[in-house]
Amino acid sequence: MNTFIAPALSYSLLSPILIVLGGAVLGVMVEAFLSRSVRPPVQLSIALGTLVLSLAQVWRIRHTSSLTAAMGSVAVDGPAILMQGAILIMAILSVFLIADQGHFTNLAAALPGSSEERDALRSGEKITEVYPLTLFAVAGMLLFPISTDLITLFVALEVLSLPLYLMAGLSRHRRLLSQEAALKYFLLGAFSSAFFLFGAAFLYGYSGTVSLAGIHDSVEASPGNIVFLLVGLAFLSVGLLFKVGAVPFHAWTPDVYQGAPTPVTAFMAAATKVAAFGAMLRIFYTAFANAYWDWRPMMSVIAIITMLFGSVVAIAQRDIKRMLAYSSIAHAGFLLTGVIALNKAGLDATIFYLFAYGIATIGAFGIVTLVRDSSGEVTDLNRWAGLGKRSPFIATVFATLLLAFAGIPLTSGFIGKFSIFSAAYESGNKAVVVVGVLSSAIAAYFYIRVIVLMFFTDPVEDGTSVVIPSMLTRATVIISFAITIFLGVFPTPLLNFIASTATFIR
Amino acid sequence: MNNANWLTYLGLLPLLGALLVSVLPEKNTLLIKRAAFATTLVVAVAAIVMATHFQRDNVNLQFVSSHSWIPSLGINYAVGVDGIALVLILLSVLLAPIVVLAGWNEAVGGRWSVKTFYILMLVLETMMIGVFAATDVFLFYVFFEAMLIPVYFLIGGYGSGARNAAAVKFLIYSLFGGLLMLASIIALYVLSGEQGGHTFDITALSHLHMSSMTENLLFLGFFIAFAIKAPVWPFHTWLPDAAESATPGTSVLLLGVLDKVGTFGMIRYCLTLFPHATKTFTPIILVLAVISIIYGAFLAIGQTDFKRLIAFTSISHFGFITMGIFAMTSQGQSGATLYMFNHGFSTAALFLVAGWMSSRRGSSKIADFGGLQRVTPVMAWVFFFAGMSSLALPGLSSFVSEFLVLVGTYTRYPVAAVIGAFGIVLAALYILIPVQRALHGPVTEGNEHLTDLNLREKVAIAPVIAVILLLGFYPSPLLRVINPASAHSIAQVGFTDPLASIDKAGK
Repeated sequence: MNTFIAPALSYSLLSPILIVLGGAVLGVMVEAFLSRSVRPPVQLSIALGTLVLSLAQVWRIRHTSSLTAAMGSVAVDGPAILMQGAILIMAILSVFLIADQGHFTNLAAALPGSSEERDALRSGEKITEVYPLTLFAVAGMLLFPISTDLITLFVALEVLSLPLYLMAGLSRHRRLLSQEAALKYFLLGAFSSAFFLFGAAFLYGYSGTVSLAGIHDSVEASPGNIVFLLVGLAFLSVGLLFKVGAVPFHAWTPDVYQGAPTPVTAFMAAATKVAAFGAMLRIFYTAFANAYWDWRPMMSVIAIITMLFGSVVAIAQRDIKRMLAYSSIAHAGFLLTGVIALNKAGLDATIFYLFAYGIATIGAFGIVTLVRDSSGEVTDLNRWAGLGKRSPFIATVFATLLLAFAGIPLTSGFIGKFSIFSAAYESGNKAVVVVGVLSSAIAAYFYIRVIVLMFFTDPVEDGTSVVIPSMLTRATVIISFAITIFLGVFPTPLLNFIASTATFIR
Repeated sequence: MNNANWLTYLGLLPLLGALLVSVLPEKNTLLIKRAAFATTLVVAVAAIVMATHFQRDNVNLQFVSSHSWIPSLGINYAVGVDGIALVLILLSVLLAPIVVLAGWNEAVGGRWSVKTFYILMLVLETMMIGVFAATDVFLFYVFFEAMLIPVYFLIGGYGSGARNAAAVKFLIYSLFGGLLMLASIIALYVLSGEQGGHTFDITALSHLHMSSMTENLLFLGFFIAFAIKAPVWPFHTWLPDAAESATPGTSVLLLGVLDKVGTFGMIRYCLTLFPHATKTFTPIILVLAVISIIYGAFLAIGQTDFKRLIAFTSISHFGFITMGIFAMTSQGQSGATLYMFNHGFSTAALFLVAGWMSSRRGSSKIADFGGLQRVTPVMAWVFFFAGMSSLALPGLSSFVSEFLVLVGTYTRYPVAAVIGAFGIVLAALYILIPVQRALHGPVTEGNEHLTDLNLREKVAIAPVIAVILLLGFYPSPLLRVINPASAHSIAQVGFTDPLASIDKAGK
């Protein structure tokens, strides 16, 4: 009989994930054993403490690279560290927003409009499940971009997705919309997971292994059935493209962005994108780099229609959250141009873009949480008219973030766009660059329209006002503003850091 | 070199002024205006002092300064001027105090405070200096785009009429052009990376090797951006709307300086970076330029509004400038550059007087005026003078430049020059018709009690008139600065002046 060999795990390299998971479990314990009244501050401190600790750990291991941290299932290398750091920073900023409990329902399980819901509302007790859920999602996100085999990837995908499905349904206001969003996200997400798994099975059939390195070797030696490779690649890509919200797998994005509580939307929009693109970069740059002729044309087409579709449809939106959702679709297209560039410049540029875009997104959604009337957030764009008069500072910050999305110089978005397009051009993919530039022009239109609305339209007196609920929300907005400007003017430190660290190991 | 940082300091001065204005109390508008005026005045004096240190016969870039900005992308903060850029910087900084003084009260009644207005103005001045001084293509692009933001808020926040629509139209047009240019810049960046290291330095980029197809496409990316900015027909439709809605001061800066970024860009970037493509496209561009001249002039004749009229005359004048640039002779080029400077001043005069007239009358419709000569003689004479300068009356500065452009064009492209010359005839019409309707004849109803120019306005317009007169009789101080740079840029494209030029004939 074989003796059992204990897996050799490098705990210090896995510690960022383990810390977050530990914090999540601790959060569940708190839910079980502490009284409702003391939970919010305790949960908040646990969540923030865990994330900061985990970030510190990521910083500590930043120069390490190892393929054997978990028996070859995860790779700790430059991109892994950068992705994990970015996810943690975005998670911390999102938790600042989540800390404003006014966004969350008191009893998510109650039917909208039922007596249970009314009772729960009357009791005024806050629910705090959202913190452990967030931490679980973060743990999944931390694992996703560093996984080096398809099974671990799938597990990470599920760990990050399941909490998000729940979190999308927690909104306090417009409960039905929120529940619909959660259901839609869950159903479509389940489908896409199935696609992912199906693709993984085909790839196993093709190469006889689930590890990315093994698939790479198979592609290089190109033995098996090329059909299996193509089918597997296609289905795997569907699963990944769904997560980043690329056309034609984007249909969930606007509904979920709109229905979910805005802090959760911020978290999803920023951190999920980093995780999903992180995984995508690793898969395409390590496993399928030599099969690029099989996937690049298709991905170029997807990038092109994603950029165009997101930009064009965003023009017609009347709701700020839906508009930002379509804008995130367009940005997914821009990011895809970096992925398909398949060169070092593309890798660096994608990572920079992810960071710049994620931070600006959290800031933008943070501001969306501030504009309220008596019944909660105001997301109807018409009622944002004259915000510049009511609250010049918030309007200026929001305008700056929008200009960053539009890629105007002196904001982080411009450096991101410049580097990602130049990487795409360098790879010879000129069509993508031209379409990217044109859709940037289209996209600029709807960002500017919001600026016009805020500054050049007279305010309507309908009780809309800017409410700053806490120092934490204020901090999120100011930090994302500061980072956006700083990266626009002095991007060198981050660019250099990315350039010197971002190399995949295989 | 001790004068290396001149341009940087010059660019920073207005920004410091903006900072100063931003800490002044919002209520004390007089103090704010004085601070803004003083700043622009200091900048103007500093620029003139700088210009006296300029070595006229040196065709290299001067006052050069370069610092690494984003080394990983090969981007430098690099500034420097040749004769052409120097003249345009002088134009910007000389117009700025005039605009502030002439439009002393134009910020009142805007959406935001007077303070914001002057902060935007001063920030804009910094960017105007930067855009002409930049010798790094990336830095130029940053200024080129970032400049749109203050102008956008100046039009949308302080303009009149359909100001929102005008501001958005302006911004969208410019952004679209800018993004096309960005695509070309990205291509240059990648090409430079393939040929010995990423750089944005204009001199290094001018030595790139590229296929003629690539060169043509990249040229178009730049040229369309500049043609929108300038604006050349058929990319001009944003200009009349913007000029009509903006405050007179903003319009002066918009038409007088910002649009010159387009024509300046053609010289500095299109010609230098893509000499072969320039040759390929020259015939087409000349056609567009000639159409601009005639089309702008015809539409100007048909306008009923002073501000739109001036905008269309500018389209016609930009046609002349573009023609001069692409005539590929040193006279044409010198004439175009001198034209840019002179057009800045004559448009300033026209717009400022038109602004005073319309703020007094409450309307800028030509039909609402009549007999101003009797009621407000000084204002009427100033308008008449500005109009004469716009139609290039001999003895006034525009004549010299228009003549140079036509002569320079004729030596190489006689047909274009001949058709373009009809623009002069039309100019007489579009200026004299409104002059006759608004200034002469009996005083019409509503005009009886208009007040004449006050001392502030007279002080503001006097230097403009002086410059127009002075350069009309004695343009050589500017020409001596411009000529070497023009000859140099023509030589770079690989053209030599045709033998039948005036210079050679005279010798």
